[in-house]
Amino acid sequence: MHDKTLTQLAAALQNGELSSRELTTHYLQRIEKTDATLNSFISVTTEQALSQADAADKARANGKTSLLNGVPLALKDIFCTQGVKTSCGSKMLDNFIAPYNATVVEKLNDAGGVTLGKTNMDEFAMGSSNENSHYGPVKNPWDLSAVPGGSSGGSAAAVAAGLTPAAFGTDTGGSIRQPASFCGITGLKPTYGRVSRYGIIAYASSLDQAGPMARTAEDCAHLLNVIAGHDTRDSTSVARVVPDYAESLNAPLSGLKIGLPVEYFGDGLDPDVEKAVREAVKVYESLGASVREVSLPHTHYAIPAYYVIAPAEASSNLSRYDGVRFGHRCKNPEDLIDLYKRSRDEGFGDEVKRRILIGTHTLSEGFFDAYYKKAQQVRRLIRQDFLNAFEDVDVLMGPASPTPAFDLGAKKDPVSMYLQDIYTIAVNLAGIPGMSVPAGFVGDRPVGLQILGTHFAEAQLLNVAHQFQKATDWHHKRPAFAEETA
Amino acid sequence: MQWETVIGLEVHVQLATKSKIFSGASTAFGAEPNSQACAVDLGMPGVLPVLNEQAVAMAVQFGLAVHADIPEVSVFDRKNYFYPDLPKGYQTSQMYHPIVGPGEVEITLDDDTVKHVRIHHAHLEEDAGKSLHEDYHGMTGIDLNRAGTPLLEIVSEPDMRSAKEAAAYLKAIHSIVTYLGISDGNMAEGSMRCDVNVSVRPVGQATFGTRAEIKNVNSFRFVERAIAFEVERQIELIEDGGTVVQETRLFDPERDETRSMRTKEEANDYRYFPCPDLLPVVLDQAYVDHLREALPELPADKRERFQSELGLSAYDANVLSASRSMAEFFEEVKDVCGDAKQAANWVQGEFSGALNRENLSIEQSPINARQLGELISRVIDDTINGKAAKEVFQALWNNQGKNADEVIEAKGLKQMTDTGAIEAMIDEVIADSPAQVAQYCDAEPEKRGKMIGYFVGQVMKASRGTANPQQVNKLLKEKLDAKL
Repeated sequence: MHDKTLTQLAAALQNGELSSRELTTHYLQRIEKTDATLNSFISVTTEQALSQADAADKARANGKTSLLNGVPLALKDIFCTQGVKTSCGSKMLDNFIAPYNATVVEKLNDAGGVTLGKTNMDEFAMGSSNENSHYGPVKNPWDLSAVPGGSSGGSAAAVAAGLTPAAFGTDTGGSIRQPASFCGITGLKPTYGRVSRYGIIAYASSLDQAGPMARTAEDCAHLLNVIAGHDTRDSTSVARVVPDYAESLNAPLSGLKIGLPVEYFGDGLDPDVEKAVREAVKVYESLGASVREVSLPHTHYAIPAYYVIAPAEASSNLSRYDGVRFGHRCKNPEDLIDLYKRSRDEGFGDEVKRRILIGTHTLSEGFFDAYYKKAQQVRRLIRQDFLNAFEDVDVLMGPASPTPAFDLGAKKDPVSMYLQDIYTIAVNLAGIPGMSVPAGFVGDRPVGLQILGTHFAEAQLLNVAHQFQKATDWHHKRPAFAEETA
Repeated sequence: MQWETVIGLEVHVQLATKSKIFSGASTAFGAEPNSQACAVDLGMPGVLPVLNEQAVAMAVQFGLAVHADIPEVSVFDRKNYFYPDLPKGYQTSQMYHPIVGPGEVEITLDDDTVKHVRIHHAHLEEDAGKSLHEDYHGMTGIDLNRAGTPLLEIVSEPDMRSAKEAAAYLKAIHSIVTYLGISDGNMAEGSMRCDVNVSVRPVGQATFGTRAEIKNVNSFRFVERAIAFEVERQIELIEDGGTVVQETRLFDPERDETRSMRTKEEANDYRYFPCPDLLPVVLDQAYVDHLREALPELPADKRERFQSELGLSAYDANVLSASRSMAEFFEEVKDVCGDAKQAANWVQGEFSGALNRENLSIEQSPINARQLGELISRVIDDTINGKAAKEVFQALWNNQGKNADEVIEAKGLKQMTDTGAIEAMIDEVIADSPAQVAQYCDAEPEKRGKMIGYFVGQVMKASRGTANPQQVNKLLKEKLDAKL
């Protein structure tokens, strides 16, 4: 059952071949059996999932036809879910039961989706390996000694291991695309403003964006159909018509102009990753696409600019965790300052503290112009790089990450971890959509092909990814781990 | 040495929107603590602000009323600091691109001269909650009902030179915002709060002295008292060889003094940066024009019209235009009775006196403008005399009748206009007062005018006050003079 894609499962539910309860029970059992090893879930909401499944079966009997009705899903533990612990991977929110649903959750509920649970993640979405979680690291199902990537590592691992047909993640600097790449699944970061951020615990508000993680581009198209759209509760969500993303999946690619940014194939790129990516590009040529090199000249400024802007916003966004109204509060505070200091010291992990400190510093009087303002100027240049490139080509392609998944514990120094996101971060600064699609292996560790489009070009990206998946079978490869526990 | 005081004000006006500036929660005052704070106001993880359009419109209306520039784009910034009643750990405000640019307010001083005070800018921001320190046995209670209430912070230039000017400025702002209906202006409930920047300098010196900012000055009276104290403190300090330090001071109305809260060195670094959750506010010209057209007549215009069209004195025009409710009340009274001067006298005299005595606002008055206007009409058309009118006013005030005519009828206060009846009473009084008549006749002619008062009094008494005093006077004089 768990070999099937979300699209296939949805069809089986629709045909009456199986019920949502059967399907949900199957996945809950798989989680029960294997997740002690993987640690991809922080919370498994068994009872709620079964009652949602029963409700979906009943709704189907009463004529409900929405594609997602009865389909099991998992949510990164950053989406507020009413009545369910929403920890954001942090000790700070270990006791936080969200009193309301994120818009994404509301839309999934309305569509009849079944939530299996909340997946593991780097604390407050800050990390590229899922090792910064209060709930412990997640293991990569392809190789249990490797990281699954981050920050949406739990979602990626759970999909790859067949513990859920699909999951939702968020991507602030690559947090959907990099773990999708490391775990050999398909992940989409939509255009900034395409999906409501309401109810998604904020890391860096001007960069955060939620998106689907699943086996195929087709699955992602169906999921994006449900969650995309304007939300009056999020002023930065865009009021723009949402197309049917599944409709254009089969458009032919003849005449497609692909750009390869030279900066994405330079020093630091693992030669085997490069080889896999170039092979994938050849597949596109065989499908009728033309390929040329392009330049994104400000690429090397992306990481420094990101590590000014994201921590600045984070330092402010995370001020609300002060031990006063919700979240962790230290025992026996002596006074207000002691309450603040100890609650935050005890509640936040090292990487979160590091970014709060960076952000607090760069926003300080006397430093603001040199850091924050300058970084915003760089951000505009980076955006312009992409817009210039998209005047000549339709999509950009390159690796999602310079290396395949690295070993757990391999990256001790924060800067080497930050450099992991060299190909993904500029995309968030520019606000454009991006995908990672399975495109081969280095040894037994997957490689992801990154596909980028201009603002609101999700339909085109999904079409381009789907055509690749029709021509290749990388996305059908399953880790041995998933088979052993079948 | 002669000293000059330099004052600038920052006035926080609570805007009278139905819901909060970034959430749908109610802004009503006085509800159970924390009953009007939704997830957004509580700063729950994941919530986002959505700007209240009504708050924007109100801010723009204020800007237009003070002839300010309205920039096309304004931006919300985050002001970061930790405080228990500040749920998000930052206040959403406007630091670099406020919604209202430079403008100007007219103030009227005691001698009826007019002075212009420049507005530096006005910006929108959210209010914080309240920390409650009493009744919690050494703990602090947090009430977040007020958190997220829209505030317009109006920052003046340092253009005021005395406590009286500062109070007049604050009154002018109060008058403008209540005229516009963008705030209830209720200072006791904190709808208007004021921080005062004060410095002194020797007369003739061009540069400003070092200023102190006084917080928590929440009434017209306190503004004057806080400034008076602070000016004296600074002058004494300098004359004793000290220097004023830039600091924030708190006004304590109970002890009538200001106390140091924190010096410049202890000030927070607020780490302002543009709020990434809110888009820049872009106002197109049509929107601004539409609000401009809908502006009501403002105090300065009303004051001018009351003088030029209605012929009121500068003083009367100023008093009657001070608040929108006063001006509207007066104008309705005037329209009903048709006589602006009589209306002005009654509204400022009997009516305001009664309100003050019972400490009521115009809205709470037991007598409405129509009732007062009709009462004045009955004086004008001689149905009742002035003395009876006061009695009718009191009866209406005490709810003893629906309108003036009903009271006049019920109390029999209608002026006697029947000459025969009055003459009969006069004859009776003259017949009953032979001694006084003799005195009158013996008196020097120029003293008789005064002596006639006794007879008038007797006749008025006999008529139970309903006779027309002028008529009585005239007839008495004829009859008495006939006896000479």
